[in-house]
Amino acid sequence: MREKILSIIEKNSRIDLRELAIILGEEETDIVNEMEQMEKEGVICGYHTLIDWEKTNVEKVSALIEVRVTPQRGHGFDSIAERIYKYPEVHAVYLISGGYDLLVSLEGKSLKEVSNFVSDKLSTLDTVLSTATHFILKKYKDHGTILDKKEVDERIQVTP
Amino acid sequence: MLVTVGGSEAIDIALRAMVDPGDEVLIPQPSYVSYEPCAVLAGAKPVIIELKHENQFRLTAQELEDAITDKTKILILPFPNNPTGAIMERKDLEAIAEVILKHDLFVLSDEIYAELCYTEKHVSIVNIDGMRERTILINGFSKSHAMTGWRLGYACGPKEIIEQMYKIHQFCIMCAPTTSQYAAIDALKNGDEDVQMMREAYNQRRRYLVHAFQEMKLECFEPFGAFYIFPCIREFGLTSDEFATRFLNEEKVAVVPGTAFGDCGEGFIRISYAYSLEKLKIAMEKLEHFINRLRAEK
Ligand SMILES: Cc1ncc(COP(=O)(O)O)c(C=O)c1O
Repeated sequence: MREKILSIIEKNSRIDLRELAIILGEEETDIVNEMEQMEKEGVICGYHTLIDWEKTNVEKVSALIEVRVTPQRGHGFDSIAERIYKYPEVHAVYLISGGYDLLVSLEGKSLKEVSNFVSDKLSTLDTVLSTATHFILKKYKDHGTILDKKEVDERIQVTP
Repeated sequence: MLVTVGGSEAIDIALRAMVDPGDEVLIPQPSYVSYEPCAVLAGAKPVIIELKHENQFRLTAQELEDAITDKTKILILPFPNNPTGAIMERKDLEAIAEVILKHDLFVLSDEIYAELCYTEKHVSIVNIDGMRERTILINGFSKSHAMTGWRLGYACGPKEIIEQMYKIHQFCIMCAPTTSQYAAIDALKNGDEDVQMMREAYNQRRRYLVHAFQEMKLECFEPFGAFYIFPCIREFGLTSDEFATRFLNEEKVAVVPGTAFGDCGEGFIRISYAYSLEKLKIAMEKLEHFINRLRAEK
């Protein structure tokens, strides 16, 4: 039941729990209990909304920053990652295999705000060796959802 | 085995290969629209067996026995069923097989919805002792893999019959589209997970519809296979045709009148849940409006 609930709410976190119970053939109370349990266990970490800010009047700038760091004795990358993720403007922090160590996803109001963050807060950390900032120009798809939807003519073009 | 242009071709050429003029072909109804005309075109006499709501639209040994004459040659076995969603379990098939063997008949088993069984795994009649030698099994990619437009199906059966079908196949259309055959090979190699995913999605919609009809107090037997549901609309005092036509005109939703699948489909409509849950929800809202209006009219 767990996997089935998750695969549905991963795409639609606003689904009515009664409806979820009906389509999965379960009791509503069992669904509610299972969801609460998963929240407690940290399997379900939040219910966010995917927003295409481009379509609003709010100015936002997103960037992905590659960060190379010196791992610390006894902590590896964890303590430096924690110092970075505590900044509220940081959206996500991943430890990455390959050419650099941490990938930091950041959101700011303007280019300047993002570059200030990098120069004042990120690159000044002791263990940070270098950064490379990539500004996001356009989001085509996010969280499995296509943002840049094209108009399609739904009329069928062939004879069935 | 013979690869055909959809299950449709397999049904047609199997009948043409097997029947002689005047042979009787037993066709349980409600069922898919092509069996009866194909039997007629092949020169056979279609004999209809009316499946009963109270038997969950399964074929019983008694119904079969009652329809058999000394002209009977083939039974068409259409399960999981379009339009009712009925299935036949092993015990049901064993009872049928006994009658088939007793009267030395053939079976044309249209199992195109075999992958779409929701309560238990599909059992084919060829798995019952003595039936493999006298069964033409039909399947295809239209339903299991949602590849309807690729036009690919197949028939399996005794060599003597398949050879005759092959002749007709060669003269009529040469071969099933090879592009589709390559696609189908890939579907068979790599598509199991997708089939599983689709089955789960259909099952969710099936449960949703069964529940929606209960809420509307619309009499409906629970379908266990295929992707159709077949509610009864007798309470409204309209024919299936009138119901479907008014529903289309007044709410802009298309359903198929039960009579499309045989006269005994009168009093039922067929709803397909191959569409998305979102669209089905809209359709159910409209259906509820519609039947509330009909109930108020009475
Ligand atoms: C029971 C049954 N058999 C056969 C077919 C024909 O399918 P195809 O020719 O696409 O394989 C259908 C299609 O609706 C069907 O419902």
